[in-house]
Amino acid sequence: MATAAPPRAPEEPAGQEPLTSSRDHISRAEGWRRRGPLLPALIFMIVVTQVPFLFTLYYSTQSWNLVRPDSRSFVGLDNYVAVFRDNQFWRVTANTVLLIVGTVLVSIVLGLLFALLLDRKFLGRGVVRTLLITPFLVTPVAAALLWKTSLLSPTNGLVNWALGPFGVEIDWLSEFPLMSVMAELVWQWTPFMMLLILAGLQSMPRDVQEAARVDGATSFRLFRELTLPHLRRFIELGAVLGAIYLVNTFDAVYMMTSGGPGVSSSNLSYYIYQRAFLGFDIGQAAAMGVVTVIGTIVVASLALRLIFKSFTGTEEPA
Amino acid sequence: MKFSRRSVLGVLVATVALVVAGCSGAGSLTGGGGREITVAMVSNSQMQDAVALSDQFEQQNPGVSVKFVTLSENEARAKITASVATGGGEFDVVMISNYETPMWGEYGWLVDLGPYMAADPDYDADDFIPTLKTALSHDGSMYSAPFYGESSFLMYNKRLFAEAGVSLPPNPTWPEVAEAAAKLDSDRVAGICLRGKPGWGEVLAPLNTVINAYGGRWYDEDWNARLDSPEVKAAVQFYVDTVRRYGEAGASSSGFQECGNLLSQGRVAMWYDATSAVSVLESPETSTIAGDVGYLPAPSMAKKDNGWLYTWSLGIPSSSEHPDEAWAFIRWMTGKEYIRYVAEKLGPSHVPPGSRMSTYELPAYRELAEPFAEQTLASMQAANQLEPTLRPVPYTGVQFLAIPEFQDLGTRVSQQISAAIAGQISVDDALAQAQEYAEVVGKSYQREH
Amino acid sequence: MTTDTRPTAPVETSPEGLSHTEIRRRRHPRQAALTVFTWILAIGFFFPVLWMVLTAFKQESDAATNPPTFVFTPTLQQFRDVFDAGIATPLLNSVFATVVSTILVLLLGVPAAFALSLRPVRKTRDALFFFISTKMLPIVAAIIPLYVIVGEIGMLDNIWTLVILYTAMNLPIAVWMMRSFFLEVPGELLEAASIDGASLWTSVREVILPLVSPGIAATALICVIFSWNEFFFAVNMTAVNAQTMPVFLTGFMSGQGLYWAQLSAASVLAALPVVICGWIAQNKLVRGLSFGAIK
Repeated sequence: MATAAPPRAPEEPAGQEPLTSSRDHISRAEGWRRRGPLLPALIFMIVVTQVPFLFTLYYSTQSWNLVRPDSRSFVGLDNYVAVFRDNQFWRVTANTVLLIVGTVLVSIVLGLLFALLLDRKFLGRGVVRTLLITPFLVTPVAAALLWKTSLLSPTNGLVNWALGPFGVEIDWLSEFPLMSVMAELVWQWTPFMMLLILAGLQSMPRDVQEAARVDGATSFRLFRELTLPHLRRFIELGAVLGAIYLVNTFDAVYMMTSGGPGVSSSNLSYYIYQRAFLGFDIGQAAAMGVVTVIGTIVVASLALRLIFKSFTGTEEPA
Repeated sequence: MKFSRRSVLGVLVATVALVVAGCSGAGSLTGGGGREITVAMVSNSQMQDAVALSDQFEQQNPGVSVKFVTLSENEARAKITASVATGGGEFDVVMISNYETPMWGEYGWLVDLGPYMAADPDYDADDFIPTLKTALSHDGSMYSAPFYGESSFLMYNKRLFAEAGVSLPPNPTWPEVAEAAAKLDSDRVAGICLRGKPGWGEVLAPLNTVINAYGGRWYDEDWNARLDSPEVKAAVQFYVDTVRRYGEAGASSSGFQECGNLLSQGRVAMWYDATSAVSVLESPETSTIAGDVGYLPAPSMAKKDNGWLYTWSLGIPSSSEHPDEAWAFIRWMTGKEYIRYVAEKLGPSHVPPGSRMSTYELPAYRELAEPFAEQTLASMQAANQLEPTLRPVPYTGVQFLAIPEFQDLGTRVSQQISAAIAGQISVDDALAQAQEYAEVVGKSYQREH
Repeated sequence: MTTDTRPTAPVETSPEGLSHTEIRRRRHPRQAALTVFTWILAIGFFFPVLWMVLTAFKQESDAATNPPTFVFTPTLQQFRDVFDAGIATPLLNSVFATVVSTILVLLLGVPAAFALSLRPVRKTRDALFFFISTKMLPIVAAIIPLYVIVGEIGMLDNIWTLVILYTAMNLPIAVWMMRSFFLEVPGELLEAASIDGASLWTSVREVILPLVSPGIAATALICVIFSWNEFFFAVNMTAVNAQTMPVFLTGFMSGQGLYWAQLSAASVLAALPVVICGWIAQNKLVRGLSFGAIK
């Protein structure tokens, strides 16, 4: 995995001294002592993540099938050409984007709803919160199997049983594979968003709210003009973190649909996994990996700018 | 949670304890005190029977204990291939097929079983069905031993046929089969069940035999991909149209299990699939039509003798540290005595079919197998792995291509076909993309020449 | 803040931060309806988990029925079957990989976070950036060479491989999280610690660490959750000996027949440890996930 290019001059957080040239104020030995504790972690990450990525780049120029010995040969950019001509790869890329954006959006909306409901004192509030965070804790493999069998099975699943009176008899995993996977992911990630937004709601100072209410503001206006802007940072953080983890989502696709029918529910993780571990085509899988990384870097540069603005240092007063 | 000195010490002690436990239990192969062999198999019912009966092996071979790893077909293939290709050494016995055996034998990844078999005349390696023997050999020597074998044929519900007044000639052609399916197709009963599930061992198995029947081929002698040829197009269009019009619901995710279920519950009238399906269809516990099933050879078109040839077999990876014990296990599981033992203990319907000629001589099995034995053996013996197509081809294999890339190529092509069956793309588009994939692989072979 | 002349209840300083007007509103019937609505939603959202647990106690014949069976005689047979299927090895492996990798993450990450929370220097800013960026890039791009390299050094199907990979997987988020906790420590204390030569370690240990230990606990909890539930590395890098619980679970998906009750029992066992951890340490979870934004 390569480093992304750092954005230009991120803003300085409040409460810290201004960025100055290290040479003016700190001696060299002092500088090393400050950086020292950082080194083990840094070196570890470089060895375990960057070095393999360099290998990926190298492998992507080879035509190499792991189960065909002596088949390795240098083919330059041929693998990339094949990747670009593979319309399934682009389909899968679209699926991945759809999956990430859809899951993040829906789980933020649901998370907001749950957070708002939890942001008041009522009987059994702790229990409700416990119930609501559980889906996030359940092992994704178990959750995916649960959805595939007990919930979405066309013959014996709960969803079709509940919707039976309305004349619904749909084979969810065959007819709406991507939506089914997305539903499962939303179920697992909503608690995460809910907790973040709840943190935001509970860090909101009440006196301004009270003042506005006494001045006659409706709940809705209150929400739109006071609450939402304050929550913005938390929602952004949730969206970015959620997207980071969702890029790699694999368990749900593997367990629920195996990417099918065809590749209609396959995402980049699963598709590349298939090329590498079922097909043993190292060269093509590596090329796809590199293309994925480049795409993610582009998107990530924008996202990183967002987080850094929102969350470097301590929080500002609302 | 305070970071007091005591808690830090506690954490350290816990860590050390875990490290010790970890090193002894996890991440290391068991050693010392008896020899343990690890057997990796696919989790089909006949294999699960063997696991249940494996006590007999351990009794007959004191000091050897067996650890089984059973997985579903796709996973088993992936894990076994990865392990054997990288010389990982996790397994002592692996379940492979006539797809892997000749290739891996050539690469030296499998132990040559010839010497073991020669030293054991009671094992009677010549008792294996001849086409299977050839299929599992490289340079005249066998590199894996067949556990069960199969070809493919057409199975039909005799009662439904009689009720609809439909009959098929003894050597039907595909158009005739489609016509019969059309007549039998109704709201409650589908005319025919054909696999549509993606996977090179799922939809592609029957589909490839149809391609062969129509005179098609994947590559010509110069490794030019030929999936865009008229014969292949006709074959695939026929298959997709037939299953969409007269086939089962949810065809694009139907595999062996699903169709087996449907035929044995009387929900479809015909099924073209593996000869080993008889264990599902003819056993009264699972099938409502046991005893009332008809069998016909694999339909033909431009070419006859289209039954496929497949066997699950057991081999020893070269990286195994216990080849002798591994052979002892293989000998037990693929020997004549095992077949007799299964017939006695679990009943003749559990006998692994299609590996040895002598199986069909066993009185108990002969009675049970009477409706299909002849057809099964005939299909297996007519299947020619070395010359599967009408026109010459640079590869071998009836329902697969015996090249390493086929696992991936076949899977990707099968995904396109499956999508066409689901109605998501047209057959032409599916084949156009399939042709692209095949061309990439073909080029790597053209480079070699 | 405008004054209210009506007699009021005393202002609570509850963690929920309620004011007197909100307490009075609590008794309004609309509030009761809202509570009921919330409860219904919560139970509905939680229901699949409940169903999974119920199914684990059913006989197979009750498990996959249409319509679903709600009343049944419970049995422990499924759990017995799962234990017979050899749960000991994957359980031990999961515990080992999770605990050791979390310890490693803390050992590597706490010093790193400390260094990054001092007065920022351009190089440390880049380092923080680097950590976060490694997290953003798809694992799938590195899995191939990792598999090949690990295979060549003979470490496939070895639990230590997973330990190292999980450490790398969790370290960036951990560093980022712990840095935000360190930033809450008053700046002077941090600076004093870094300058104070000989007693650096002592001042860190006795002054700073206790202040951030809730944050470290929160980070550790997050690491435990993600390590225990991890599947992609586990399924590709292990076979028999280093199998973890999620991989063990996939062994119960059989191609033939429906064994939902057994599958549910295995799922419950696989998910239980982390669910219980999360339930008990809920507040830490909230703190960790919101990066110290709430106290």
